[in-house]
Amino acid sequence: MPIQTEPMTVNIGPQHPSTHGVFRLRVTFDGEEILEVEPIFGYLHRGTEKLAEERNYTQIVTLTDRLDYVSSMINNQAYCLAVEELAGVEVPQRAKYLRTLTAELQRVASHLMGIGFFLQDLGTLGTPLMYAFRSREKILDLFEMLCGARITVSYMRPGGVFFDAPEDFWPALEQFLEDFETEYAEIEQLILENEIVMVRTRGVSILPLDMAINASVSGPVLRASGSDWDWRKKAPYDAYDRMEFDVPTATGGDNYDRFWVRIQEIHQSIRIVKQCIEQIEPGPTRANVPLIIRPKPGAEAYGRVEASKGELAFYLVSDGGISPYRMKVRSPSLINLTVTEHLLVGWKLADMIVTLGSLDINMGEVDR
Amino acid sequence: MVVLKLSGEDLTEKVGAGVPDSLASAFEKPTGQTSNDELWIKSSRVADVASFLKSDTGLDFNFLNSISAVDYINHFEVVYHLTSMNKEHTAIIKTRLDGREELSLPSVYHLWRGADFQEREIWDLMGISFTGHPNMKRIMLWEGFDGHPLRKDYL
Repeated sequence: MPIQTEPMTVNIGPQHPSTHGVFRLRVTFDGEEILEVEPIFGYLHRGTEKLAEERNYTQIVTLTDRLDYVSSMINNQAYCLAVEELAGVEVPQRAKYLRTLTAELQRVASHLMGIGFFLQDLGTLGTPLMYAFRSREKILDLFEMLCGARITVSYMRPGGVFFDAPEDFWPALEQFLEDFETEYAEIEQLILENEIVMVRTRGVSILPLDMAINASVSGPVLRASGSDWDWRKKAPYDAYDRMEFDVPTATGGDNYDRFWVRIQEIHQSIRIVKQCIEQIEPGPTRANVPLIIRPKPGAEAYGRVEASKGELAFYLVSDGGISPYRMKVRSPSLINLTVTEHLLVGWKLADMIVTLGSLDINMGEVDR
Repeated sequence: MVVLKLSGEDLTEKVGAGVPDSLASAFEKPTGQTSNDELWIKSSRVADVASFLKSDTGLDFNFLNSISAVDYINHFEVVYHLTSMNKEHTAIIKTRLDGREELSLPSVYHLWRGADFQEREIWDLMGISFTGHPNMKRIMLWEGFDGHPLRKDYL
């Protein structure tokens, strides 16, 4: 005999360990099953786009760090590319390589966080997360050598990078790559074919490819649904046109595939880092760009990169002044959340937390 | 293969033939410049043109990258960045809304679900509403907030 239950509406968040920041879901449950979902955000809205209208082009770099604060390098890169397109600046070769290298290290760090927290959401009490953090810390140490900061790096500037890498950076990077090989093998061994991970994530919250494209989903979430769309391949920027790498894809579109694509992307990022080390040559690291940049009035640019979460773009409009007339951030985390409702309805409470982990959102970027 | 950027001329030709009476002349910017990177359309025909851009086999724009709005004091500009993942090309579509009060545009929500949050964001921060959007309410700020902060007259 079926048990008659009444639907119950529950607020998950804004303070909740598994929501990766201040994010609220208003969920209606029937027992444990999800009937309705409404994502509510804005708790971290700082008005970055408005603030940018009051600052000059160089100062805004620091604002971009605080969007997706676990992949600041890539945010810097997207913004700098937009400013360079706007002002017509040519970046020196060495700076392009340094940017590609640091962006890929940052992607590794960001994906490690994504994987670690995904497993944390699955109920592993800390161990895989700490394994992931162990390697991430070393990447942050490398960033500290480059620019003195670990999280809010502001390393890239319009026209290149802030400073050339110090001499002891290169041996430290080699050491990291050597250590990382064994450390990452350990992580993979621990989680990749873990039976509990498989059972909990395979076939759960499937995102079909046509829906992913229709909802403007990008990044690993899109590639887990079967597309091989990667802006690093489709419209190469910086030194990506000289890099050899594969774009890992999966076809299931479930939680496991999203997680698996991130794991594979780390291998490709390390490949790119190694190629950068081989190909980089001495030279200037910053074009001769004035501190106060004044692009032509009416100029517009759409600087786009493949960030760790998806397509990150800065749409800049200039009126000839020292600050952008308008800066719009196309943030992948926000737009990937469009499919939340589709992914969650019909699944259970415990799957909800895991599915959110598999989307790997960052609230700094969602709310801006 | 590198993604191709369609120019305003290419698009004008195709869209002009496909959707009659939808094109607008390129408006001069306040600074007096025009460019050939984008297609200008009439604001009332946004949904029709979008539908054509998505369904036409030669254009096949299946991916909506972003929607942005820019406040030019006496008018607003709304910019659509589109990509075709099958044909590997991109396009920029622009439209213009005059005035500052009770602005509205046809929604493209039913063509691209990705417009959902972006249209709500434009309503919230710029004050342009989208007719046909099923859930047109504020997204970053709370209901009852006074004004639209990304407008140039909001301090």
